[in-house]
Amino acid sequence: MTATTTAPLATTPVRAARPPSGRLRAWATRAPLLPALIFMIAVTQLPFVATLVISFFDWNSLYPKARHFTGLSNYSDVLTDPDLRHSVWTTILLTAAVVLVSLLLGLALALLLDRRFRGRGVVRTLLIAPFLVVPVAAALLWKHVLYNPEYGLLNGLLHYVGGPQPDWISNTPLLAVEASLVWQWTPFMMLILLAGLQSRDQQQIEAARVDGASDWQVFRHLTLPHLRRYLELGALLGSIYIVQNFDAVFTITSGGLGTANLPYTVYQSFYQAHENGLASAAGVLVVFGSIIIATFALRVVSSLFREEVSRA
Amino acid sequence: MSTTTIRVRPRRTRGTGLGLLAWVLGVLFFLPIAWMALTSFHSEADAATNPPSFGAALTLDGYRDFFGTGGGASPWPALANSLVASVASTLFVLLLALPAAYALSVRPVKKWTDVLFFFLSTKMLPVVAGLLPIYLFAKNTGTLDNIWLLVILYTSMNLPIAVWMMQSFLAEVPVAVIEAAQIDGARLPTILARVVAPIALPGIAATALICFIFSWNELLFARVLTGVVAETAPVFLTGFITSQGLFLAKVCAASLVISLPVLAAGFAAQDKLVQGLSLGAVK
Repeated sequence: MTATTTAPLATTPVRAARPPSGRLRAWATRAPLLPALIFMIAVTQLPFVATLVISFFDWNSLYPKARHFTGLSNYSDVLTDPDLRHSVWTTILLTAAVVLVSLLLGLALALLLDRRFRGRGVVRTLLIAPFLVVPVAAALLWKHVLYNPEYGLLNGLLHYVGGPQPDWISNTPLLAVEASLVWQWTPFMMLILLAGLQSRDQQQIEAARVDGASDWQVFRHLTLPHLRRYLELGALLGSIYIVQNFDAVFTITSGGLGTANLPYTVYQSFYQAHENGLASAAGVLVVFGSIIIATFALRVVSSLFREEVSRA
Repeated sequence: MSTTTIRVRPRRTRGTGLGLLAWVLGVLFFLPIAWMALTSFHSEADAATNPPSFGAALTLDGYRDFFGTGGGASPWPALANSLVASVASTLFVLLLALPAAYALSVRPVKKWTDVLFFFLSTKMLPVVAGLLPIYLFAKNTGTLDNIWLLVILYTSMNLPIAVWMMQSFLAEVPVAVIEAAQIDGARLPTILARVVAPIALPGIAATALICFIFSWNELLFARVLTGVVAETAPVFLTGFITSQGLFLAKVCAASLVISLPVLAAGFAAQDKLVQGLSLGAVK
């Protein structure tokens, strides 16, 4: 409540009250930004520029003397290598599946938790827990404790109903990775959507109810349009994190059985194959993919940002 | 608010049904963690049975094995490294982000809201895009397997989120109050300490918590850039990847102990966690 009432004050330009005392003054207000800015440029942008440069070289770190400029050949290698192309496909599949499923599950859970019922706080806490397990630990949990064909919990429970005893990771490797990630990310989606649900205009919903709107009509015409931005935000932030997923792929399958995504492939091509040029080209391609997502993400975030300011 | 109660009553029965469904789903989502906790207190023989042994005797052997008294590497150096990397990088982040957020919210810099988007955009640059040059840099400068290199990288990893979060928290400080303090003759340090800090402190604490969690969880940088000396807790955990479940209770104990700081921090700041993770866009 206080946030919305104080916001207009916060966004009112303070400059008006300040005497115009020149350039020095302007730099004084900017100065606090500089340490953070310079640090970010040095630690994130410079390495990327270096990656870009390396991507134009044929450079295997085991044969450093043979390093030479090859132009775009690393890129054509990356794009024509069936393994690498497969990892591009895996990345898309993994990200899309995990984001969509966890978003839908998260929406269902958020709608359930938006209602009042006994022990709601406890259920909320139970649901958040998967997101708070260290990612490597979560991946180990799925790999050894749940999926293991001989003593894993999944087959243990199937045993009671006389079900089959599949080897989950060998039979459906990508699905196995996706399931563990859906489990970890559903709580995140739920939390964002729950925040969205709780910021709805209750009076509007009341009015619709008084006019005789059904639950479905309220959901379809009031709740869903209101949630759109939150759904977009969840999808985009989820994508940013899941596109970069390394922990689950590395731990559950070690990139085997066709589950190697781009981050794992980049890691492998320089850490194990020592192909610096190829790894860099693949890394640059990951960046291009991310820029496409990021452009949308920034637009969504900035529209949320603007909405907040104009609401005030 | 009072009008809502009228509407709730006729739908009470369905409400409890859906409440029950929420409970079932909540328990289902928590089940793997509960099972991991139970398994960590079983003996290795009881842990690796099919069908699962729900009522087996409880023992602390898994924890004893994990902490190294039963042979094997001690996890203490890795836990200490994680603590140093997480706490130190969180402090650096706060040191850099606080002034930046102040410049961006309380005293908005002309035309520099674009700066905010620059910070955010760096978060969208995938880690792998800079990993190789950083590795080569570390190798050539002899900083490979050095925990302070991780501290610097974790600082850069969390700084954008922190600037965004704190910007939104600091924006909640009414400018009128600051101006009133200025008229009373208060100078910047006094204003920061007496006016801004008390209002923004919960937000700053939440920001710190999220930075801590992300640093504690990080694997890729730590895996590539550390080895024996600077190994962190997640890297220590990767030692269990191929254990073939021979030490299931130990794996569970290790996973739980290493997740404990994050679980505790996350439960303590559930709401702020969402706000932070959504970069302050969701209130």
